[in-house]
Amino acid sequence: MLKREGQVRIPAGCAISGIFSRSGAPVNGGRIVQSIAAMHDRSNGLGGGFAGYGIYPGYKDYFAMHVFFDDQTARRDCEEFLQRHFDIVNLSRIPTRKVKSIRDEPLIWRYFVQPLHHKLADCQLDEAEYVSRCVMRINSTVKGAYVFSSGKNMGVFKAVGYPEDVGEFYRLEEYEGYCWTAHGRYPTNTPGWWGGAHPFALLDYSVVHNGEISSYDANRRWVEMFGYRCSLLTDTEVIAYIFDYLLRRLGLTLEEAAAIVAAPFWDTISRMPEEERERMICLRRKFSSLLITGPFSILLGFEGGLMALNDRLKLRSLVAAEAGDTFYVASEECAIRTIQPQLNRVWAPRGGEPVIVRLNEGVQV
Amino acid sequence: MQIQAPGRTGPQLNQLMEQTGEGRACLQDVCGQRYLAAGRAGFSLDIYGTPGNALGAWLDGCTIRVHGNAQDAVGDTMNSGSIRIEGMAGDAVGYAMRGGEIFVRDSAGYRCGVHMKASDRTQPLLVIGGTAGSFLGEYLAGGSILVLGIGAENRVPVGNFCGRGMYGGRIILRTRHLPPDLSSRLTVRTPRPEETGQLRQWVGRYCRMFELPPLEVQPEDFQIIEPDSANPCQRLYAGI
Repeated sequence: MLKREGQVRIPAGCAISGIFSRSGAPVNGGRIVQSIAAMHDRSNGLGGGFAGYGIYPGYKDYFAMHVFFDDQTARRDCEEFLQRHFDIVNLSRIPTRKVKSIRDEPLIWRYFVQPLHHKLADCQLDEAEYVSRCVMRINSTVKGAYVFSSGKNMGVFKAVGYPEDVGEFYRLEEYEGYCWTAHGRYPTNTPGWWGGAHPFALLDYSVVHNGEISSYDANRRWVEMFGYRCSLLTDTEVIAYIFDYLLRRLGLTLEEAAAIVAAPFWDTISRMPEEERERMICLRRKFSSLLITGPFSILLGFEGGLMALNDRLKLRSLVAAEAGDTFYVASEECAIRTIQPQLNRVWAPRGGEPVIVRLNEGVQV
Repeated sequence: MQIQAPGRTGPQLNQLMEQTGEGRACLQDVCGQRYLAAGRAGFSLDIYGTPGNALGAWLDGCTIRVHGNAQDAVGDTMNSGSIRIEGMAGDAVGYAMRGGEIFVRDSAGYRCGVHMKASDRTQPLLVIGGTAGSFLGEYLAGGSILVLGIGAENRVPVGNFCGRGMYGGRIILRTRHLPPDLSSRLTVRTPRPEETGQLRQWVGRYCRMFELPPLEVQPEDFQIIEPDSANPCQRLYAGI
């Protein structure tokens, strides 16, 4: 039995790492495992996880649902729900291998699905909203079932354990994608459990986070007004929903979303040129409850891109780098150098300054 | 003595260095090992690769040369010694340092030199060749922080909240662009003749150690930021 919060205390801090291939050239999942493993000391074995984009080219038009089940009853109940709402074209256990340090695993299944046409037409929702509502329904009403990944051509893999062990457990070296993010967890306030490991994902948005959100409850209350349900006992979940709300539902840009969650200080805003100042004041006033306070460095993965963002005071470290067409970002430079010793450029993004990378124009994945 | 770093932790590398008994070592292929030379005295160390966090923390008299970039918290609370970084450094360089010197060739991150302090015997010195992030010298109590702003001559070479809460020591910027948010409880002036001599010495050492072309030192190119001592009662959290 892994020791729980309070039974063991190791001074550390979470770790995050990301790789993004602008040319769309496939990156093996083993590389991100090697990168995050370089920061082993920042985790304490209570959570590790990965998100890969472009990993299911054979099913890229289907939503890939990754689901944890406590038991067979939960699986049966969840599958009944899925069959009522989706056309399931493929279902299987997610392949894993036995790793000594990873224990008490739930049942871990993957379903490639499309919303049932007549259901979708009846409810007059777009596809993404339909899927997002179904995910919320399962996670809040189907006992013992938890959908932890629900995007197209992407997938989240997470567990309780050190990230390098989690990567081995999920056989990530058998996957290839254009983008990978990773997280090594050191939970400070909440229990280390499978659902609480990072990344947190909804549709194609996934978030890995190093930090601690002091505004969690204010943020949670705001997004719960719009149908999101925070059910996973950890603060990062709300960040995933905030970005889904701002980007998908409201259609704001990544830069605007970054300016809302990591808003500049009023003092800094007052020195901006007039047009910029008015825009910032508008965003801060309209979305004051979505300001994320406390330390954070996050990576937001989405279809075709990646955004790295620090809190405005830069209370967590973050280093970015480039080599050729590939972008790297991590809590520590060593996590980048370990997989790419030669870099064209290394820099430390400023607090609140989003670093956004996308696939080169015309690249199909 | 050459020591290969891969597969070894920071504490293991420290132990190996100790065992050489030569008073000097060269670490190869370092990648993220923490606490290198932490608390050590009387040692000369060359590091190739990327040393991990807390390089030279509590350092007590070593000379460290990093032939590459450094990560966070270089020289945390160091007492004495010399650290030279031939690249950039992460956040909190020289955090609470009490003595000795740190030279960073390129830029450094947020919170550099936070709460440095001096005594009658020690005057810590932090020199950053490029730019520095926000909160430079926050709560500074003593010693000197010099930012040369090389490559950033046409803009402010530091981030926001420079010198907030400082109540002693000096922040010296080589720039004609002052931070726009400088606290009203701080004073700014150009160096006096005797200080210009000291600056020439520091800048000369910086250029020589990193083999850079000499940099001319004209007093009007430098701004010295200090806590306002006109009203002594206000000095106790002067920059807040």
